Amino acid sequence: MTGNLLFFGFAAVLIVAALGVITSRNPVHSAMFLVLAFFTSAALWLLLEAEFLAIVLVLVYVGAVMVLFLFVVMMLDINTERLREGFTRYAPLGVGIALLIVIQIGHVIWFRGADTELVARPEPRPEGYSNTAELGQVLYTEHVYAFELAAVILLLAIVAAISLTMRKRPGLKAQDVARQVAVNPKDRVRIVKMDAEKD
Amino acid sequence: MVPISHYLMLAAILFAIGVTGIFLNRKNVILLLMCIELMLLAVNFNFIAFSRMLDDVMGQVFVFFILTVAAAEAAIGLAILVVLFRARQSINVEDLDTLRG
Repeated sequence: MTGNLLFFGFAAVLIVAALGVITSRNPVHSAMFLVLAFFTSAALWLLLEAEFLAIVLVLVYVGAVMVLFLFVVMMLDINTERLREGFTRYAPLGVGIALLIVIQIGHVIWFRGADTELVARPEPRPEGYSNTAELGQVLYTEHVYAFELAAVILLLAIVAAISLTMRKRPGLKAQDVARQVAVNPKDRVRIVKMDAEKD
Repeated sequence: MVPISHYLMLAAILFAIGVTGIFLNRKNVILLLMCIELMLLAVNFNFIAFSRMLDDVMGQVFVFFILTVAAAEAAIGLAILVVLFRARQSINVEDLDTLRG
């Protein structure tokens, strides 16, 4: 029963947070609601006994991606009033399509999925079971190639993000290390030999 | 534990909220990116729920890779957004009509 209560509590918070993301007037509030949504999702994943991914969601998403979002939202000076023009114009269409999606999936789950594994309650894992170990065992053996590809994709993201946002500002005083190293002492220093003056 | 169908229903609602968000905030690129994150989260929910139901860890491996790619996508998307804002002083989708013939 506690599991049920926890699930419905977190699910309610998650839905409220998601609605907050899409309806907030201020993009900063939207980002904060999205952080809340990620936290509650991590809790729900913990209830599903996917502990590793729950922690990764908090560390990577809340810790890195959402901070990036907040940084960009705060850095850009956005006129939110203009961006919200026509906010309600397409709202009926959007809500209609959303209801359609929910009804379709709900139909499949509740009517087609009755008497299948879908409505069965999964048994809790035995004591001493480690989700992280199991994930690691397939990730580093069967899927090691995909794992390396994921690393390359992350490197690509770093290179792309930096090369996109780097800019050369004119009139900026900067060191040219190559020229500094290439300098020859003969070009700069003149040694003058002269006799000492005697009087 | 809660039946898997509850999780699938929650994911469906979350996905629908993301779709609605795209309709509502179609002028604000940052909010569009956030709505895409919401929809990706819903997809991850499905993967993990089915992984639990079938007792197969593959679903969780998939979620791991989705998280990686989504993080890369968010970083590049926000970088493009910053460059766009520098060039145009606006992130309104309506102002981005240079390519229209």
